[in-house]
Amino acid sequence: MNTQQNLVAFKTIIVKEVMRFLRIWVQTLVPPAIMMTLYFVIFGNLIGSRIGDMDGFNYIEYIIPGLIMMSVITNSYSNVVAAFFNAKMYGHVQEMLISPIPNHVILLGYIGGGMARGILVGVIVTIVSLFFSDLTIKHPLITIGILLMTSMLFSIAGFINAVYAKNFDDISIVPTFVLTPLTYLGGVFYSINLLSDFWQTVSLANPVLYMVNGFRYGILGESDINPWVSFGLIIIFTAGLYTIAYQLLKKGTGTRS
Amino acid sequence: MEKALKITKLKKTYDGKIHALKGIDLEVEQGDFFALLGANGAGKSTAIGIICSLVNKTAGEIEVFGHNLETDREKAQECLGLVPQEFNFNVWEPVLEILLNQAGFYGIDRKTALGRAEELLKHLELWDKRNEQANKLSGGMKRRLMIARALIHKPKLLILDEPTAGVDIEIRRSMWKFLTQLNAAGTTIILTTHYLEEAESMCHNIAIINKGEVVESTSMKNLLSRLSIETFVLDLKEPLDTLPEVEGLTLRQIDANSLEADIDKSRSLNFLFEGLSKHNIRVMSMRNKTNRLEELFISLVEKGKVNEIPETVTTTESTEVQA
Repeated sequence: MNTQQNLVAFKTIIVKEVMRFLRIWVQTLVPPAIMMTLYFVIFGNLIGSRIGDMDGFNYIEYIIPGLIMMSVITNSYSNVVAAFFNAKMYGHVQEMLISPIPNHVILLGYIGGGMARGILVGVIVTIVSLFFSDLTIKHPLITIGILLMTSMLFSIAGFINAVYAKNFDDISIVPTFVLTPLTYLGGVFYSINLLSDFWQTVSLANPVLYMVNGFRYGILGESDINPWVSFGLIIIFTAGLYTIAYQLLKKGTGTRS
Repeated sequence: MEKALKITKLKKTYDGKIHALKGIDLEVEQGDFFALLGANGAGKSTAIGIICSLVNKTAGEIEVFGHNLETDREKAQECLGLVPQEFNFNVWEPVLEILLNQAGFYGIDRKTALGRAEELLKHLELWDKRNEQANKLSGGMKRRLMIARALIHKPKLLILDEPTAGVDIEIRRSMWKFLTQLNAAGTTIILTTHYLEEAESMCHNIAIINKGEVVESTSMKNLLSRLSIETFVLDLKEPLDTLPEVEGLTLRQIDANSLEADIDKSRSLNFLFEGLSKHNIRVMSMRNKTNRLEELFISLVEKGKVNEIPETVTTTESTEVQA
């Protein structure tokens, strides 16, 4: 297929994916808004006022970037894992496998769908946060850059999970037992400076820490981690996972017997 | 002229021990209506899966209109359309959207795709359902939707894997008509089916797969010409008390008013009527009993002996004759 045809195919997959999560907006867009509202009310207003400042910011101001990033991560991931696993389970992935679409276009299409949902949910959560705090963004380009890269990274991770998943349990194990702990321990609710040296070192092995802190730097201008280190690591992780996902698709792992 | 499909020494082994295909060779000419028959588990669907890039092969080569499926994958896939055995569209999507998405996967712009989708849906009597979710369609409509989806990019080779399974006779016949027209317009068609009369009435050439091997690949005419005996069912004017013996015919009484007659194909039908007339048996109508291909298929697959054609073999065409 030529470039024009590849663009048509890419756009088709993205539109199909966006329509899919918009069709079920009650399941995809409303829950994160409700959940984050509860986080803002409980951790921000009720408990936060007793906690005091964190790194020189009100507690609610401090956790807003982390909560936005948490929503982006979980929604980018769950969109792709659910979409691609369903396509495998119900067979409509064959519509693409039989067609001449290059594997890169299939992969980028699903990543695009995951990013669309992740970013849309991020925007919704940001709007909700405005009811609880005056949000000003210190470094817009870094904020947007980290947001896009993180969303892309977790969309690819969701794709790899879906490739290996054989049943519905397999698509919930990673989010429940890996993603959620990493996110909660990734500095969403606290600064790692509060931890002992040992646990600070352990925390540095958590990739989510770099994304949350990179995003926090973009919004607040303060972070536990140098934002360029965050950028560098996210790019390395993204390139690594993309290569793995592409090879899996090319080999037909989980899609071709 | 290059072949529509050329398969060379195609092998598929599952888990290193189950040999689904044992090195099959197969050629399908351009413009052919080709039947690929075999019992369940014979290897038909595996072969189709490999041709359509849904199953990884173990060894062998496939060319589609001269394009190697491995080295020239995109060109080969552009030539292919598949109507799979199972419904495999997203049942939550509207009918029209399913077609437009499929066109998009082939890089066809939305405007062109809309025109083609309208034409196909109208032809297959689904236009009124274009905005319905696919899960609300009846079984026959879903089958037709899969045909429309397979044709949206105008493939040169259409593969249908049991397209009429579970479809009522009226819809089945309308699908036969549609496929015959499509083939007449130049599309090469490969059909797998368990309705052997379907293959016999539509296909020009045939291959039979058994246990991962092609046990027969020839023209339908050649295969059917191996039959030496045909069986007719005769409806009689008056009830028959005793079954007469007629030289050169084997008669069996079904009930008081009907007979089955086996006749050697070298003899004319006049011989049959003359023999019956001598015993004052008057025939009101006649038809072929079942289908010939079914008998041959069983002979080839179950007995595994190509030359052993059963004695009582019958035909399919309904040639009702008044006597």
